Amino acid sequence: MKTDFFAKKRRQSLLILFVLVLVCYGSIILTDYDVAKGFTSFPMAIDWGLSNFYPTEASLAKLPEILAELLQTVLVSIAAATVAAVCAMLFAIFGSSITKVNNFMSTISRGIATLFRNIDVAAWAMILLFSFGQSALTGYFALFFVSFGFLTRAFIETIDEVGSGSVEALTATGASYFTVVFQSVIPSSLPQMISWVLFMVETNIRSATLVGILTGTGIGFLFDLYYKSLNYNVASLIVITIVGAILLIEYISNYVRRVIL
Amino acid sequence: MNLEESTKIVTTNTPKKFLTAGTNRIKLRPLTKASIVVRVTLMSLLLLTLYGFLTFNYAGVGLFEGIWTMLGNFKTMFVNTHFKHFTFGTALYQVLITLGLALLTTLFGAIIALFLALFAAKNLGSSYVSNAIKGFVAFIRAVPTVLWVLIFAVSAGLGSVAAIVGMTFHSVGYLIKAYSESFEELDDGVIEALRGSGANWWQVVFQAVLPSSMTYLISWTFLRFEINFGVAIAMGAAAGAGGIGYEMFMASGFYLDLKEVGAITYFILTFAILLEIFATKIKGRLKVRM
Repeated sequence: MKTDFFAKKRRQSLLILFVLVLVCYGSIILTDYDVAKGFTSFPMAIDWGLSNFYPTEASLAKLPEILAELLQTVLVSIAAATVAAVCAMLFAIFGSSITKVNNFMSTISRGIATLFRNIDVAAWAMILLFSFGQSALTGYFALFFVSFGFLTRAFIETIDEVGSGSVEALTATGASYFTVVFQSVIPSSLPQMISWVLFMVETNIRSATLVGILTGTGIGFLFDLYYKSLNYNVASLIVITIVGAILLIEYISNYVRRVIL
Repeated sequence: MNLEESTKIVTTNTPKKFLTAGTNRIKLRPLTKASIVVRVTLMSLLLLTLYGFLTFNYAGVGLFEGIWTMLGNFKTMFVNTHFKHFTFGTALYQVLITLGLALLTTLFGAIIALFLALFAAKNLGSSYVSNAIKGFVAFIRAVPTVLWVLIFAVSAGLGSVAAIVGMTFHSVGYLIKAYSESFEELDDGVIEALRGSGANWWQVVFQAVLPSSMTYLISWTFLRFEINFGVAIAMGAAAGAGGIGYEMFMASGFYLDLKEVGAITYFILTFAILLEIFATKIKGRLKVRM
């Protein structure tokens, strides 16, 4: 019996490994990926980066312009996450199995969240380019839609996790629906929700660079501009400021998380 | 002592201010450090949002007009969908390329990250190595994926090689963090027991660490696969990696064909939702088995 069990397990692992290798091989052919070039390009890129990709004194003159664009990008990310959080809170309350009004509304709000979440931020950016053109609003709405979809799901899970006991207790005392929501559900899940919003701000700043490259706004556009004109010194300075901003936001949100959770 | 007597003693001995209910209410929400931080965070998010809206570079686009055209565009996109520059079959093939990109990067990333995460976990390696790897990984994650891809593209040329290497780089950073944290959740007693019985490092890893954290590893990897699908779309558009993202970029930026963008969006949406359902199913099955 025992040997059977191990043999079966080994067969199973081999089968999984085989399928993985097959799928991997298929993908390599499909995507036209040159494996050898993949390995050789890595040291080449490092070599190139060390000899070309660093800021010089001349590029430092561009710093004020870069910082202004960076500030705008950070603000767009924060605004998108905050407004999305307010909307997501409403949808999450309707969508959560604990605080839902009825099943119909719950399904609808979960469905809307799924829709917004599963279209990638890059796709949103290209869709919204038709409506808002090259303004900051394109990036704002692209980030807003994705944040909204993601936060709704995160908030629903938070409410489901935190709420059940206290909701039952309050309902037993005869509290109305609004009392239950405002006195129990929101206060008890607020710290977790803030943590999610901060996570969303971090994610948004990363995506904002990409959205900027696609839509021609913010720090992403500035990077693209210098990158395409082969001015790698300024481009590297932009990368460094982005990394600095992201690490700073991460530090702040880690601090907030440590205190409130 | 009966009830009346004891009440009398209490009332005479208590200062008057405690008995007049209503004037002095009990504070329900004490002002702790946590509640102060919550308020400050909420206020600063709100203020920064307001400040942002006041200072955005609107480039002459009104907020409400924009939203109005957006709704109109959505209607054209999703109702009058059509294919013009390619067929249904080509679109499917392009989505498969995007899926292939996501799969390769996730797989490469998972293999590399698994080894490095073993050294990055504090309970398995020395804290020196752990801190070094974690610091390096934090830096890798802080650079957005698209920048990695573009940086690699300078030496490897725009295309699938640069996209896969760049995306793998970021996936490794993400997965090392996720994996090492799930390794650290392992009970110290288990490792100690194995070490005590004379097991070497590899035996500890293969007999205790990997089997007990396997479910976490798999669900993190699937999560990254979902993310990589989105990233692969983006890289197709921004870094010429091919796939459905590139088609969308062409339809949106060059042909200015809203209806085709709508068709591509349907494709992306369908595959993303299928992936999500697949991942949820697998996670559910793993939980049952454990």
